[in-house]
Amino acid sequence: MLPQEIIFGLTGVGLFVIGLRGVMLHVSALARILAINVCGAGVFLVFVTVAYRGLGERPDPVPLALVLTGIVVAVSATALALALARRLQEGGDE
Amino acid sequence: MSLSSLLPALILLSSLLPGLAIFLLREESHRLRTALNLFGAVAKLLLVGLMIWGVFHERVFETRWTLAPGLDLVLHADALSVLFVSLSTVLWLVTTVYAIGYLENTPHRSRFFGFFSLCVTATVGLALAGNLFTFVIFYEMLTLSTYPLVAHKGTPMAVRGARIYLAYTLSGGVLLLIGAVWLRTIAGPLEFVEGGILGGLEGIDPWALRWIFLLLIVGLGVKAALVPLHGWLPQAMVAPAPVSALLHAVAVVKAGAFGIVRVVYDVYGVEFTAALGLLPWLGAVAAVTIIYGSVKALSQDHLKKRLAYSTVSQVSYIALGTAILGPLATIGGVVHLVHQGVMKITLFFAAGNYAENLGVHRISEMDGVGRRMPGTTLAFTVGALGMIGVPPVAGFVSKWYLGLGAVEAGQAAWVVPVLVASSLLNAAYFLPVLYRAWFREPPAAWPAEKPPAGRWEMPGALLWPPVVTAVLALAAGLFAAAPYSPLEWAQLIASREYAS
Amino acid sequence: MNSLLIWPIALPLLGSLGALVWSSRAHLIGVGVGILTLFASSLVALRFAEQGGLEHALGGWEPGLGIALRVDGLAAALLMMSSLVALAAAVYATAYFSDPVKRAVFWPLWMLLVAALHALLLAGDVFNVYVTLELLGLTAVALAALGGSRASLRAALRYLTVGLLGSMAFLAGVALLYAAYGTLDMRGLAGLVRAEPAAWVALTLMTAGLLVKAALFPLHFWLPPTHANAPAPVSAALSALVVKAAFYLVLRLWLDVFDGALTQAAASLLGLLGAAAVLWGSWRALRAERLKLLAAYSTVAQLGYLFLFLPLLLALPPGPGRDAALGGLVLFALTHGFAKSALFLAAGVIQQHAGHDRIADLGGTARALPITTFVLALSGVALIGLPPSGTFLAKWQLMSAAVTTGQWLWLPVVGLGSLLAGAYTFRVLGHAFGPSERAGGVLVGGRQEIPALLLAIVATVVLGLGANGLWGFLSTGVSVTGVSS
Repeated sequence: MLPQEIIFGLTGVGLFVIGLRGVMLHVSALARILAINVCGAGVFLVFVTVAYRGLGERPDPVPLALVLTGIVVAVSATALALALARRLQEGGDE
Repeated sequence: MSLSSLLPALILLSSLLPGLAIFLLREESHRLRTALNLFGAVAKLLLVGLMIWGVFHERVFETRWTLAPGLDLVLHADALSVLFVSLSTVLWLVTTVYAIGYLENTPHRSRFFGFFSLCVTATVGLALAGNLFTFVIFYEMLTLSTYPLVAHKGTPMAVRGARIYLAYTLSGGVLLLIGAVWLRTIAGPLEFVEGGILGGLEGIDPWALRWIFLLLIVGLGVKAALVPLHGWLPQAMVAPAPVSALLHAVAVVKAGAFGIVRVVYDVYGVEFTAALGLLPWLGAVAAVTIIYGSVKALSQDHLKKRLAYSTVSQVSYIALGTAILGPLATIGGVVHLVHQGVMKITLFFAAGNYAENLGVHRISEMDGVGRRMPGTTLAFTVGALGMIGVPPVAGFVSKWYLGLGAVEAGQAAWVVPVLVASSLLNAAYFLPVLYRAWFREPPAAWPAEKPPAGRWEMPGALLWPPVVTAVLALAAGLFAAAPYSPLEWAQLIASREYAS
Repeated sequence: MNSLLIWPIALPLLGSLGALVWSSRAHLIGVGVGILTLFASSLVALRFAEQGGLEHALGGWEPGLGIALRVDGLAAALLMMSSLVALAAAVYATAYFSDPVKRAVFWPLWMLLVAALHALLLAGDVFNVYVTLELLGLTAVALAALGGSRASLRAALRYLTVGLLGSMAFLAGVALLYAAYGTLDMRGLAGLVRAEPAAWVALTLMTAGLLVKAALFPLHFWLPPTHANAPAPVSAALSALVVKAAFYLVLRLWLDVFDGALTQAAASLLGLLGAAAVLWGSWRALRAERLKLLAAYSTVAQLGYLFLFLPLLLALPPGPGRDAALGGLVLFALTHGFAKSALFLAAGVIQQHAGHDRIADLGGTARALPITTFVLALSGVALIGLPPSGTFLAKWQLMSAAVTTGQWLWLPVVGLGSLLAGAYTFRVLGHAFGPSERAGGVLVGGRQEIPALLLAIVATVVLGLGANGLWGFLSTGVSVTGVSS
């Protein structure tokens, strides 16, 4: 059985790859935006893994702070992307 | 900031500043524009006179400005640069007068004279360049400033001709740049030194130097119209006559030839070039160009095109002179820089006059033109005879020295036939023109005749420049032995080149 | 502690807030803050020239937990350029936007862009770089979408999508760096990074992310539609500054942080991609039918030149040769910034005058706007790399380094790139020549033409003739990592 942190880390990487594939293969704007968020989730999971210092130990606060910042950035970016996609859709299907 | 460090820069500014000012003038400000033009030209003449006096008395004039670590912009006056600067300045003054008259009542004159001044600034800059880096800078600026002149008329043909011109000259510029960077990187900052300095440097791969030589000569050869790089020249005939005159006699073609002279004499050194085995190749290309140009000229009916091919042929005499080892050949090649310039500009002025006054563009239309426009045709005759090599016009002096130089170097076996053949071909394509002009009956009506302006056959601004340059061509030949003549200068240059 | 470093970031940030609140006076705030920011940047550069590298720990917390701002020669030079270009474009923008709604939206976003850019240039911490990079990207997308047309919206969305992917990759690299070395401070990292798998993976991720943002071939596909469809001042900022910031980060990472882990092979790969960018970008620019599209493809090509410097810098041993090449690189970046922004502003003038920017129909417009045509010519000269532009000197250094290191391949690439640039420049300029006479005076619209003219003159005359001080400026003091370059 692999150590927990390795599982977490690999999951993060896996999510990143899945998100990447999603962006490259999907056509609709909404699907792409969601895929990017999956990518982001993967990266954040990797950060959390980095913060782990051992069972019972306090985790490293720096990566956790970075994850919070990253989530905020991702939310803003997603908001902007959705606004643009919505505007494009409103303009009619050409 | 002494005079000796300011003078070269001042000579450049004397055409740069009026040029920039002219760009801002409104089209209608004729007087101011003419005043600025002439002021600049005369100021430059005076400054150059000062420089000639100084260089003859071994004073050093140098302006230096660092552009980047190890890359200095250097303006330096030595005998060769003074020769070319004087030629450019005198002919610029004459061409300015001619252009003012020629372009009367045409649009975009402010733009024309602005770029005209920039063109002369670039020419003077490369004449005074003290190292290869500076030369390359002004060489490219020459390309940029002449493009709008070629495209000036704005017709689709003019724009197309200008585009071809640009394609050739930019490509040549790239090759020249690569060669210059390569040389600078392996051999250090090379200032022009009479006798060259590459021969004295240790540890440089001779094959690298051969490849660099090829790059430099090809890059310069585009402007100097060496075969097969000459294709742009007949296309550029679409420019107005003053531009053709300037491009062929002074600025572009001469810049290329001047560059070749500089590379062979003041960078490589002629003896080192011979040691590398490069001179025979240069000589071969020059010889082919001389013959090819003359042969193509024979088949042209359009007067300016015939003169264009004649230029291709004649400028290669300069390259031929550099390709033969020995002071006499050097003298012949270098002095032809001046002689060819003065003679060719006369011919182009005359061609411009025929077109402007009578609408005559083709040789077949030139019957009896000597009776209608005697002054112009007399000037044309002097120029043509000089091209053929008839004494006492200047062209004879250059050919004589080239021939003597070939004999001295033991190369007479192939050089003298080339010279003789070329003279015969020149006669073959100039003498019939002269015959037509003087001895045939004029047609009933000229294609597009303008009424005579006053007493003379043409307005003064168009008549006097060719006459003046024809007189200069004659004087350069007659008084070749006098002090300050082009021949004297060439002898001075040769003596300094071979002394080291 | 040098709190001077705060002002180039804080001033535009405050200005952005101000413009949001007083939207009727937004343009005055925009230009005013632009002038103040230029002043602040100049002070930073001057103090750097006197004292060498400057550093400031935000909030008094030392690096490790806190975030440091640092400036060295490279950052100071780019800071000056971005302040100048931003001010010129801002002056132009006051005349460009006539619709009050657009105007109210433009100015806060514009100043936020400038703040993000300056924060990126001054950042001394790898995660801070990520944040500023994201901020820069988001504001750039929003500004690009101001074009309003479907084409610009679609291009902006693609820019956002692609940019976010790049940022994610960059962030992943940051995570790896922290996991391996325990610090995010660039100076700290520089001493710790060794040639090991963790460093290589991090380097690859971060570089890949930045290459997307710098539009290096073949990741350049998002750039032409975005820059071509954005409003003119925005295109100027995007081409001259935003993509340059991404390249700056590549340079910073490669030269400072990952110095111990680089391989010549990796650098050569980037060089090859750069060469492909030069040739492909110039070719597409030649085929472009619209002036702004031509300028956008030209940006792709010119950024390729910047990447050509990388294998050369790596192959040269530290010393005067390397310094000369690095100075050439910075000079190229600066000249391109000024020249490209001038070109886009001029294209904007033409587009507003003629209603379109199709090159084939440019003739009458070019003759009616002589100053703008002159700007086109000057920036063209800088893009080709002819003297007296700064690009000429930079190309000389590039080719000289290629000869010294024996990397001959770059010489024909540079030559061919110059010729292609000559072709597409003169294709445009050829239209300025026509048989008809020009009526009217020389200047058409002051606020619109003069900024472009000044930018072009800086690119083609000032940087060509007066750039010698740059090399001395760059080697003043020390770089971010404490290693003298």
